Amino acid sequence: MSDAPETFAFTSENKAKADAVIAKYPEGRQRSAVMPLLDIAQRQSGGWLPMPAIEYVADYLDMPAIRVLEVATFYTMYNLKPIGKHFVQVCTNLPCWLNGSDNIMHACHSHLGIKTGETTEDGEFTLVEAECLGACVNAPMMQINDDYYEDLDSDATKQILDDLRAGKQPKTGSQLERYTCEPLGGLTSLTHQEELRAQKVSEKGDN
Amino acid sequence: MPKLTIDGKEVEVDAGLTVLQACEQAGIEIPRFCYHERLSIAGNCRMCLVALERAPKPVASCAMPVAEGMVVHTNTPEVHKMRKGVMEFLLINHPLDCPICDQGGECDLQDQAMGYGLDHSRYKENKRAVEDKEMGPLIKTIMTRCIHCTRCVRFTTEVAGITDMGMLYRGEHAEITSYLEKAVDSELSGNVIDLCPVGALTSKPYAFVARPWELKKTETVDVMDALGSNIRVDARGSEVMRVLPRLNEDVNEEWISDKTRFACDGLRRQRLDRPYVRQGGKLQPATWDEAFAAIKSKVDGVAGTKIAAIAGDQADCEAMVSLKMLMGNLGSANIDCRQDGSKIDPSLRAGYIFNSTIAGIENADALLIVGSNPRVEAAVLNARIRKRFMAGKFPIGVIGEAADLRYDYQHLGSGPEDLKKVLGAKSEFGKILKAANRPMIIVGQGALAREDGAAVHALTREIADTYGMIDKSSGWNGYCVLHTAASRVGGLDLGFVPGEGGLSTDEIVASAGKGDIEVLYLLGADEIDMNALGSAYVIYQGHHGDAGAHRADVILPGAAYTEKNATWVNTEGRVQLGRLAAFPPGDAREDWTIIRALSDVLGKSIEVGDLRAVRSKLVDAHSNFMNIDTVASAPWGEFGTAGEVSSAPFASPITNFYMTDPISRASETMAKCTETFLGSQEMKTGTDG
Repeated sequence: MSDAPETFAFTSENKAKADAVIAKYPEGRQRSAVMPLLDIAQRQSGGWLPMPAIEYVADYLDMPAIRVLEVATFYTMYNLKPIGKHFVQVCTNLPCWLNGSDNIMHACHSHLGIKTGETTEDGEFTLVEAECLGACVNAPMMQINDDYYEDLDSDATKQILDDLRAGKQPKTGSQLERYTCEPLGGLTSLTHQEELRAQKVSEKGDN
Repeated sequence: MPKLTIDGKEVEVDAGLTVLQACEQAGIEIPRFCYHERLSIAGNCRMCLVALERAPKPVASCAMPVAEGMVVHTNTPEVHKMRKGVMEFLLINHPLDCPICDQGGECDLQDQAMGYGLDHSRYKENKRAVEDKEMGPLIKTIMTRCIHCTRCVRFTTEVAGITDMGMLYRGEHAEITSYLEKAVDSELSGNVIDLCPVGALTSKPYAFVARPWELKKTETVDVMDALGSNIRVDARGSEVMRVLPRLNEDVNEEWISDKTRFACDGLRRQRLDRPYVRQGGKLQPATWDEAFAAIKSKVDGVAGTKIAAIAGDQADCEAMVSLKMLMGNLGSANIDCRQDGSKIDPSLRAGYIFNSTIAGIENADALLIVGSNPRVEAAVLNARIRKRFMAGKFPIGVIGEAADLRYDYQHLGSGPEDLKKVLGAKSEFGKILKAANRPMIIVGQGALAREDGAAVHALTREIADTYGMIDKSSGWNGYCVLHTAASRVGGLDLGFVPGEGGLSTDEIVASAGKGDIEVLYLLGADEIDMNALGSAYVIYQGHHGDAGAHRADVILPGAAYTEKNATWVNTEGRVQLGRLAAFPPGDAREDWTIIRALSDVLGKSIEVGDLRAVRSKLVDAHSNFMNIDTVASAPWGEFGTAGEVSSAPFASPITNFYMTDPISRASETMAKCTETFLGSQEMKTGTDG
């Protein structure tokens, strides 16, 4: 966890990304790029937006800082406080909750030793409750940084957290034996898809 | 024009209006919080819901344009139920602390809750609380009361032209704030207090001071600048508690500047409430008789040519015409109302008024500002320029200080030389003016109150002539002088200027220094160099213990602008009546009565019996004084004196917006503003005027 930096400026790489985003909009409408630019700034600052970054984006787009701050505070995916290396967002909306998201939450609490909204002392994990992230088919689920982990239970959750702490990349997506959100016991319709996929997988394997 | 039926009544309204506006035209009131005629439409309070036939659900009337054949219902049980529902939602997080809220008694939410609310609350859960925000010395915030109408955000962004305020977070957590809780840095910030429909933004100096129903409300005019903003003065007993704007589309719309609104606490401090006479080098309290006797013993035997009078920036026309008559009876032609030393030519009316009128700015299509910073000289007029600018296609050129005016402009230079260049054939801005149909020029006192002022005056006339700013066929006259003093146009109209062989302000001060002027009558004139007056016998008539009173040999306590029935003429030449809101303190009197009484004592009676008689003298001096509240167009002609101009840059006469006159200099609130917005450094120089 880092303290708020005094200044902020895009790296040359991010600058190129930002300019590419701005170029998508007509001349003089560069303000439309505020959300992607805030995202770029957030990634560069370690997952959160310090005030200098907000002001830098405002400057970059020639708009008032308060307007950028309005956007940054409106959307929940911008963090205004420092977060841990792994940003654990557990979905607690209805489908996940019905499928036991409380257990996932408890597993995180007990395994990480923090409450919702807190960051572990070593700065590795921040735990928050998230609204529906759109993976209800494989509920319960959580998002850690850019990855989804679905079909969770307590043990799987703990395993994922352990792996991350150990620096390993756990399996993303469904933690059960299924391809994305297909039925658990195999396809029930459009079964020829299975063969097509098998083909694809083997082709990939050959490469 | 679309026809629609509102509550069974068929009405025909202009296309492009909203349903809410159409209802208003039909005489039906629609409750609203976020909608405001002068701001953009937000549509977020939902209070203005109406039922529209063939619409699937209730419609926010403020955001719905009218269409042919619409059938609108505003008074059915369904509509009442909708409003009740919206009101219930609005009140969920409202603290209902009306008994301790300054908005109580004049609160839109309170009033509308009476009309549309439930008589009890069904909400049993915890209410949210919001931390109060710091917004500077003028605006007090109790943000828990906020209903998020965003009027304040839209006002500061659209009218005031600053981007300090915004709404952070979302939904239940939404909060209105200024960026990083900075003080709202605008000369118009106080207007958000009027705009706020609840008690979230209230006046800090007025906090817990009075309830609206205990106040006596007097409709009068403001004298803090030359705009003559229409105001309502609320007084309790003899004390002015607050100043609010009054609607006048032609002058101030419904805004007033912070100085107009908040300087009224200066009316309670450093007042001159009894006459004083200097004895043994010290000012001693005296009676009126003693003060008049002291003046008589000094003035008797002094030649008229050795007597002079200067009228200050807030002097009313009645007092000036009385003093002019008295000076005439004394045989003196040394009178001047241009205490800033302005070289403005008083011979032609069109040469010293704001000919286009303030509302006329909205019809202009190009603007050249010369030697003026309208943002500090007339903040409300500046908002009008910004309004025109926001409407688009309005090129603005500035010659003078390159200040932040809250709109974009081309900076064409800073002095008279650059002004000459605009006349040149190669001037880019000249071409813009030439192409415009209704170009205008605003000439500030920064261009006229200087040695070469008369030549600059002539030069601006040449520009106006060259670029067709005066169009006799359409009646457009775009030559506009922006004054900084409320008394100036009135003084020029009634001829409070040097008579034949008389001395102007600069000459009077210089002559006094040399001993050629023995008696100097200052009618509220505090902004001249008091140290340069030598041994002249100074009579100061005014209301505050400011620079003039400190230098005076005799002090005659007069009335401030809220304490007399008097006439002022604004920069457009609009004659407006101020009315007495509270009586002057102690022995102080209305100014023209003091001069009349003194004239009797001196044996030079000006022979006016009552206010009517004085006003008939005003009409004698200039027929325009008959036209109350209107602007009569002035015939165009020659004025100014062509001559050499210096290369010195124009500078606005106002360095500190918050302290320009005895009242605002005595005001604690204005001192706090100076400290907050200009820093203590400015305060030291600014107070000297």
